[in-house]
Amino acid sequence: MINKVAKTAAEAVADIFDGATIMISGFGEAGSPIELIHALIDHGAKNLTVVSNNTGNGHIGLAALIENKQVKKMICSFPRTANSIVFPELYRQGEIELELVPQGTLAERIRAGGAGVPAFFTPTSVNTPLAEGKETRIFDGKPYVMEFGIKADFALVKCKTADRYGNLLFNKTARNFGPVMCMAAKSAIVQASEIVEIGSIDPEIVVTPGIFVKKVVEITNPVSENQLIRENRRYPW
Amino acid sequence: MVAEIKGWNREQMAQKIAGDIPDGAYVNLGIGLPELVANYIPEGREVIFHTENGLLGVGPSPAKEDEDDELINAGKKPVTAIKGACFFHHADSFAMIRGGHIDICVLGAFQVSENGDLANWSTGEPGAIPAVGGAMDLVEGVKTIIIFTQHTTKNGEPKIVKECTYPLTGKGVVSHIYTDYAVIDVTDNGMFVREMAPGIDFEFLKSCTEAELKQY
Repeated sequence: MINKVAKTAAEAVADIFDGATIMISGFGEAGSPIELIHALIDHGAKNLTVVSNNTGNGHIGLAALIENKQVKKMICSFPRTANSIVFPELYRQGEIELELVPQGTLAERIRAGGAGVPAFFTPTSVNTPLAEGKETRIFDGKPYVMEFGIKADFALVKCKTADRYGNLLFNKTARNFGPVMCMAAKSAIVQASEIVEIGSIDPEIVVTPGIFVKKVVEITNPVSENQLIRENRRYPW
Repeated sequence: MVAEIKGWNREQMAQKIAGDIPDGAYVNLGIGLPELVANYIPEGREVIFHTENGLLGVGPSPAKEDEDDELINAGKKPVTAIKGACFFHHADSFAMIRGGHIDICVLGAFQVSENGDLANWSTGEPGAIPAVGGAMDLVEGVKTIIIFTQHTTKNGEPKIVKECTYPLTGKGVVSHIYTDYAVIDVTDNGMFVREMAPGIDFEFLKSCTEAELKQY
């Protein structure tokens, strides 16, 4: 019997090891798996490389993971936002590495990693500082830069609905990086607001097929990052 | 005492850009000022707004009580989805961009050069945290790039320059520039002034522009 359901967030993240590369879904607050990230803080794995579009807000979720000195390197497109306090400070102190990747290149590198494509050529960043040192090639008279696929040991992803096979549905713009991160990680760990019976998700509308997912855990009422920030909360609580 | 030069205000600039967006266009609006353009699409035109975080069919801002943390735009502000909207993941979203499926993108700028180079992601200051987001993908992939910017910096320095001194976002990517003083087309033969704001004349415009300007 296939049953990918973990009972708790702690159980879901238990296998994460020191030095792992972890993809974390979300675009700002939307789609950020806060409960799984907090479970990873409790778990304590260190020297992590984290692939995520941003670097977290306030002192919760990804920002708290970084603040807890568990992350040695961030791979992201937009490391500073209105509420990002933790990353900029550590970066200026030289305590965390940054690989800056254009957002579309980041998404495609993750997709390629999950699709068995080791590298690809893209026009994005040609003639800019972000293409320096990278291989370029001309196709149809136009220059392109080579980018490598990214794979991860784990992905932490938030979705709306899952079943025990790992089939997933997302919620609005919280989908963002979730589906491609599930593809690119050896072990995709997903928190879902609801886990439903097999057969109750219409096969025509499955967004992420269960084959890309290793574990699902039900987090019925996920916290709102915005609300926690308004309340000036920190994790660990 | 020289009379104060006013030019167009932001709403008028947004209205000018919106007026030039054709019916049926798929449009991506950058973060900040460009978002204003959505308010001025002329009656009777159907324009679909794309936001790179996974929504085609961005609608107006919701009332405070209807805000949804999981329905936001690329600037991470709450939005709504119009009837007929669709959601998709990031790789698909950037396939729309990089694959040339989006017709128009409106972006801000630090500098635009005479041949249409754009610098809008980094001032290259030491100690600044570099952040690029989707700007480089948008300028390479979207068919028409429109720049929505003040004509000069707050200190009165030209933003339309011979060569960009800030790190580039893309080379030769800008098609049109809408400033508080003028509308400028960037062509293979140089920069042509299409329209000037009331009270702005060509000599004045040239005096606050470093790049060479031509008249049609």
